[in-house]
Amino acid sequence: MSTDLTTTDAAELGRRLAAGEITAAEITGAYLDRIAAEDGELGAYLHVDPEAALARAAELDAAGSVGTGVTGLPVALKDVVVTEGVPTTSGSKILEGWRPPYDATVAARLKSAGTVLLGKTNMDEFAMGSSTENSAYRITRNPWDPTRIPGGSSGGSAAAVAGGLAPWAIGTDTGGSIRQPAAVTGLVGHKPTYGSVSRYGLIAFSSSLDQAGPMARTVLDAALLHEAIGGHDPMDSTSIDAPLPLLAESARRGAGGDLSGLRVGVVRELGGEGHADGYEPGVLARFAEAVALLESMGAEVREVSAPAFDLALAAYYLIAPSEASSNLARFDGVRYGLRVGDDGTRDLDEVMALTREQGFGPEVKRRIILGTYALSSGYYEAYYGQAQKVRTLISRDFNAAWGGADGNGVDVLVSPTTPTVAFPLGARIDDPMAMYAADLCTLPASLAGVPAISVPAGLSEGLPVGFQIMAPALADDRCYRVAAALEAAQDDARGHRLLDELTGRAAQPAGGAA
Amino acid sequence: MSTPSAKHPLSRQEIAHLAHLARLAVTEEELDLFAGQLSVVLDAVARVGEAPTDDVPPTTHAVPMTNVMRPDATRPSLPRDVVLAGAPAAEDGRIRVPRILGEEA
Repeated sequence: MSTDLTTTDAAELGRRLAAGEITAAEITGAYLDRIAAEDGELGAYLHVDPEAALARAAELDAAGSVGTGVTGLPVALKDVVVTEGVPTTSGSKILEGWRPPYDATVAARLKSAGTVLLGKTNMDEFAMGSSTENSAYRITRNPWDPTRIPGGSSGGSAAAVAGGLAPWAIGTDTGGSIRQPAAVTGLVGHKPTYGSVSRYGLIAFSSSLDQAGPMARTVLDAALLHEAIGGHDPMDSTSIDAPLPLLAESARRGAGGDLSGLRVGVVRELGGEGHADGYEPGVLARFAEAVALLESMGAEVREVSAPAFDLALAAYYLIAPSEASSNLARFDGVRYGLRVGDDGTRDLDEVMALTREQGFGPEVKRRIILGTYALSSGYYEAYYGQAQKVRTLISRDFNAAWGGADGNGVDVLVSPTTPTVAFPLGARIDDPMAMYAADLCTLPASLAGVPAISVPAGLSEGLPVGFQIMAPALADDRCYRVAAALEAAQDDARGHRLLDELTGRAAQPAGGAA
Repeated sequence: MSTPSAKHPLSRQEIAHLAHLARLAVTEEELDLFAGQLSVVLDAVARVGEAPTDDVPPTTHAVPMTNVMRPDATRPSLPRDVVLAGAPAAEDGRIRVPRILGEEA
């Protein structure tokens, strides 16, 4: 029974709750049991409070409102999301033991919608990384192969949902940190349009890029969770004052499988002819099959060239470290978090430098130093200024693809989500550029602020491959529609969901399928 | 372990200077490691210079917005004791900090 609950879609759990077939406490209890049994090895969570979670679920059952929308369902939050009274570290030693005095808007909305906080998930320190190995606390393993990375920086959320230790989770995406871990763990992950989900209470990494979004087992689940967290927030001055499009409805419509008239652009610069270096053949094969599937459902597919995408990685690794070097100046050992060397003899500058030396890990230091360099006088124009101009060129390439007044553009752009499947733990940790290459396909949408989703596209050598769908700003519904069509067509052809293959595998050593 | 082949090498001295500007007390070991790694990264990101950017304006934000206003009304702030509870050191209802002036001041 408990395995059943922990492999069921969140939408189905919600239906069974509403029908009175199960209780919120039973669902939360089933997940807590699996966390207790399996998270020692998986490493998905940094903080779990079983008593608080069970008490909250029982309270929701007693209130009798479970089963409407997300109400009564447990959710895991990436540890970058500030939660009142609940330890929040952003994966860093500099915030060890900190209990925030307030809730992020994302956390507050989930709370008021009646969800149960299952726990806070592991992540690369301050969301800087693509493998979750930069966490100051623990390694997170990929449920498909425990010797491999779960992606990053939202690797804890990905491992929890794929591994059956949460029905869904919140991640954040600055350059691919929702989409890349979703891709390598066989999940759906969506980076919303920049400004459409509040950043209030997300510990800032790169403020012009950071967005929170859903990570889930199905496209519909992702849409439902997205609707629960999205929309205008006066507490975030970059929040867009416009209603969200209808996401769950688009997912349901997309699952019907009719894509006639949809114009799909395959981005040449992301794995296409002349741009396939570093892309695994198995990834490109799954991608081509998925494109053919879209075509079979009526989509018109054409190739689109976006030349500036070639420079997205260079621009991103100037802009993000520059903003990070500024944002992370707040960790000064004064107001919260760690303070080192305050022995009465050292002055504030010395204490600050010692605190940051001991509180930050190597990748965070590298990015602070690089960002400080890119912003320093004499180098600013050549690096940061030039990167911002490249950002303009990337946006222009997107706009050219969507088409102007002639109406001759495409509705969505597609690419592989990542050039490779999950790589082995330790393989890239000492080579920053190799690690950064994991974000190659996800960076353009981040820099342009447009929405992008990763949806599973099958396996390569037994490991999940992700298919990325990008849409114009505020057209997140298109991502969900196309992703749902692809998901439904693949599930039909396969006869089961991709994640069922993982469940079957995991059940083997425990003595057969549940 | 500096990288002599890098087109944009960063020396140990430059790393130390940047670390000081960023208030990071880096170790000797880190200086060696970062000088090598960041020279490689800098070579890669310097590719932004290849872009044809004459007359291209910079983008600071994907969603341009100006003058986002809210009503100028008082709102409750966090209670003082709650904020001080999260501080590394507090005294007399305030955050206690190390001295900010040197001996010579």
